[in-house]
Amino acid sequence: MGKAKLGAERPLSPHLQIYRPMLTMMMSIAHRISGAANAAGFVLLAWWLVAIAAGPEAYAQVANFFASIPGRLLLFLFSWSLIHHMLGGIRHLIWDTGTGLDKTSIEVFAWLTIISSTVLTILLWVAGYALMGSQ
Amino acid sequence: MATPLKRVRGLGAAHGGTETFWRQRVTALANIPLVIFLILSIVSHIGADYGTVKVYFAQPVVAVLMLALVISVSVHMRIGLKEIIEDYVHGEGTKIVALVLATFFAVGLGLASILAILKISLGT
Repeated sequence: MGKAKLGAERPLSPHLQIYRPMLTMMMSIAHRISGAANAAGFVLLAWWLVAIAAGPEAYAQVANFFASIPGRLLLFLFSWSLIHHMLGGIRHLIWDTGTGLDKTSIEVFAWLTIISSTVLTILLWVAGYALMGSQ
Repeated sequence: MATPLKRVRGLGAAHGGTETFWRQRVTALANIPLVIFLILSIVSHIGADYGTVKVYFAQPVVAVLMLALVISVSVHMRIGLKEIIEDYVHGEGTKIVALVLATFFAVGLGLASILAILKISLGT
């Protein structure tokens, strides 16, 4: 009997691959991924701010990128990630009070987060476009 | 030796309690309106010329909200990244390096943004 085999024979607790993927599990992972994505996305904000402070030439570069299709797409994904993480966070704040922890509520919260994050992001873009040139 | 004060504080050998948990909640709450403000600020200035953006940031309200956002987000970001690293990076050395880099990232991003906001709003 080899030594390596002994290591595997103790009882091991089941890990991710044992479970059927569930919505609530995916939303928990999505909260972490969106959080990390937001951290990366804030590089865009810093770039924008530093360029404005640096002067017209530096600003023109950022402005051109932000106005391009890939730029707009990246900004849209960043804002969606922010809103998704925000709504997921509000869900966590509700859970912190000890309410909404039953099976039905967590399913409802999961769907609400997905649907309202998409709707709210689109609404904010519509509002942002409507505000253009008004300040 | 447990002094009465130590017993009242109830912190034990870790010397820390729930500050990080609480700080993450307070910054989360602050981030809700500030992030909505940020998205509206960015989207409404896509394609805007330099003068327009400068005038926008010259408004004290805008500068204050942006500063609040950057500070609150940096603090929240550092705690979040730390939590992710502690959960998934298991090598002791790699973990410490990753944690330090995450702190440098959050502080660096925050400071660069703050200096930029101050420079724009206070003039050249």
